[in-house]
Amino acid sequence: MDFSLSETQRMLAETTDRLVRERYGFEDRKKILAGPDGFSRPMWATFAELGLTGLGIAEEHDGLGGTMGDMAVVAETFGRALVVEPYLPTLVLGAGPLGLAGSDAQKSEILPRVVSGELFLALAHGEPKSRYTLCHVDTKAAADGGDFLLTGAKAVVLGGDAADYFLVSARTDGTTSAPHGISLFLVPRSVPGLAIRAYPNIDGTRAADLVLDRVRVPASAVIGQAGHGLPTIAHTIDRAIAYLCAEAVGAMQALNALTLDYLKTRTQFGQPIGAFQVLQHRMVDMEMALEQARSMAILAADRADDPHPHERARAVSAAKVQIGRSGRMIGQCSVQMHGGIGITDEYAGGHYFKRLTLIDRTFGDADHHLARFAAAA
Amino acid sequence: MDLKYSDEERAFADEVRAFARAELDPAVRDRVLNHKRLGKEDFLGWHRKLHSRGWVAPNWPTTYGGCGWNAVNRYIHEEVLAEEGAPPLVAFGVNMIGPVLIAFGSDAQKQYYLPRILSGEDWWCQGFSEPGSGSDLASLRTKAVLDGDHWVVTGQKTWTTLAQHANLIFCLVRTDASVKKQEGITMLLIDMNTPGVTVRPIITIDGEHEVNEVFFDDVRVPKENIVGEPGKGWTYAKFLLSHERSGIARVGQAKRELRRLKEIAAAEMVDGVPLIETKTFREKIAAVEIDLMALELTNLRMIAAEKSGQAPGAEANMLKIKGSEVQQNLTELLMEAVGPYALPFNPDALEPGWNGEPIGPEYAAPLAGTYFNYRKVSIYGGSNEIQRNILSKSLLGL
Repeated sequence: MDFSLSETQRMLAETTDRLVRERYGFEDRKKILAGPDGFSRPMWATFAELGLTGLGIAEEHDGLGGTMGDMAVVAETFGRALVVEPYLPTLVLGAGPLGLAGSDAQKSEILPRVVSGELFLALAHGEPKSRYTLCHVDTKAAADGGDFLLTGAKAVVLGGDAADYFLVSARTDGTTSAPHGISLFLVPRSVPGLAIRAYPNIDGTRAADLVLDRVRVPASAVIGQAGHGLPTIAHTIDRAIAYLCAEAVGAMQALNALTLDYLKTRTQFGQPIGAFQVLQHRMVDMEMALEQARSMAILAADRADDPHPHERARAVSAAKVQIGRSGRMIGQCSVQMHGGIGITDEYAGGHYFKRLTLIDRTFGDADHHLARFAAAA
Repeated sequence: MDLKYSDEERAFADEVRAFARAELDPAVRDRVLNHKRLGKEDFLGWHRKLHSRGWVAPNWPTTYGGCGWNAVNRYIHEEVLAEEGAPPLVAFGVNMIGPVLIAFGSDAQKQYYLPRILSGEDWWCQGFSEPGSGSDLASLRTKAVLDGDHWVVTGQKTWTTLAQHANLIFCLVRTDASVKKQEGITMLLIDMNTPGVTVRPIITIDGEHEVNEVFFDDVRVPKENIVGEPGKGWTYAKFLLSHERSGIARVGQAKRELRRLKEIAAAEMVDGVPLIETKTFREKIAAVEIDLMALELTNLRMIAAEKSGQAPGAEANMLKIKGSEVQQNLTELLMEAVGPYALPFNPDALEPGWNGEPIGPEYAAPLAGTYFNYRKVSIYGGSNEIQRNILSKSLLGL
């Protein structure tokens, strides 16, 4: 048993930590959000220079390789700094399934350009009516000659505003909620029939809704085996949840630090408010919530690539429940303990609260994963 | 990062498990698993088995007959035995006064008391709390005055767990009322058979006799029965309580109770469906199971840190709080699981060898009582509010 970081992980932690300390302060972030893309392309280029865009991508495609545990180290730092660049969409949700199931041609075409920082990717899976149910896919892929015609709608596609390629799920077979018959397609942004409505999320990240109207893709665009996309999607979402758990831990840690600092410096009734026991105990509970969340984030990263889907699902869902609960508790308590300043746009605290809240809404909230965990027990 | 035990650690866990399965009296195991009453011999019989294997004192150095294990092996030992349904080790000797004597006791005290703790010859109890001194322990008023070669002790202790079995008590007493309250406290070792010591049972809301009041009426204690120096009792007590809290998360026991909860929830039917398959209850079980997973990992992280040389600090207080919450949730769900059969009060059914007709399912009898009893775990050993006060100072600097 060993909970210490590996040499690689220590280096990743140092590199990313220095980067965000020097270039991703809260004021820097405000400028980034106000820019034309809502994120920073120069910052993305720096990620590429540092090798971060090669993480989790095999060396034969110019990547660095690495485990989900390695990515979790980056995620935690990005959570502390509230990084808005589409790292999760591109690396975990995009490059991830390509690495898992993509053809050699797909991998050779896309992955080296992800590593170089040239391409953004996004997974277009969720639909207006799917909520968190992974097998709910209404988008149809109709065979047409040697091609497929994709028709349907995709909702809240993370990183969808910037993506150069989408990984689009669609039915080649089966009814709306059947686990079989789902296929995953690699679709370039500029393809005819694809309408993209991009928008910011309330936490500063970005997404898009897609409408596909007879979007024509060749058979070579299928990622993995046609009709058998769901296991790849489920594995990818579990990896994304492990990433989000680590990111949430970073955000919780930063928010707790802000709150503790505020308790020591804000004076009322002639003393720092941290002298009041009711706030002390609440702050202790927030620290405990963070430690419990950190434990489960470690577990999720460790199991995210477990060859047994059942074990993976149990661990990841348990972690998502814990992260959801801890994040909600820390976010709400932090705002409350800050008073009015906690809900102002100019103060960092509220932005952590928003990110934590949205993480709970992403890929299944605590209720959803509690049910999934219970069903897998 | 590697969340799995090493091969050696796994082999050790297997060894402990095999030992428990071979040596634990099935009748005792049954009483532990089914929340029945444990008698003095149930504790002692198991204690002696551990002693003969050399496994009574994992936390003591080998020079004193302990195992000298690292934090991971201590954890494995404790958790595996609990999972297997072994009675809890009576902590007052091995985990509480033992380490204090090793650290602060005289050579004569070590030579006399330590082997007797290991063999189970002595049963210690703890004389800390008083009617007027609960969370504010340092306000204690039991007084000891030196009179020739003896301390003369007068006062009252309370919440003294299993004092009815004990022949010795370690006591905090006030020996100097003129100094700051923490600095006037001394620790004494007192023979329970000394004239003037009276034990009176306190019956708790589950109808059980676990705790007691202990009265001291001009009790003459040999002068040499002081631990360390006069006025240092508070320091020794804090040292002792930090030892008490290690293992406080009770992960092994909680796993055992979770297993039990699932068994009972599978046997209980709601409109023809097992309770465990109803959405609400299944998700309640899932929630406590996730809490327990997080607690176990947090515990392991802290143990790994301890093994690599970091002293246990704030972690123990956190484990105490979270561990007690998990235990209380489990006892509450166990009670909830049996529905209306939580109502009947049938303490006879808890007695070993009782052959009467059970009221409702056999497993139901102890569950409500255990729920009521387990409210204690967030109160004893420093209430959870006191733990939060400590964490707020030590961890947060507030």
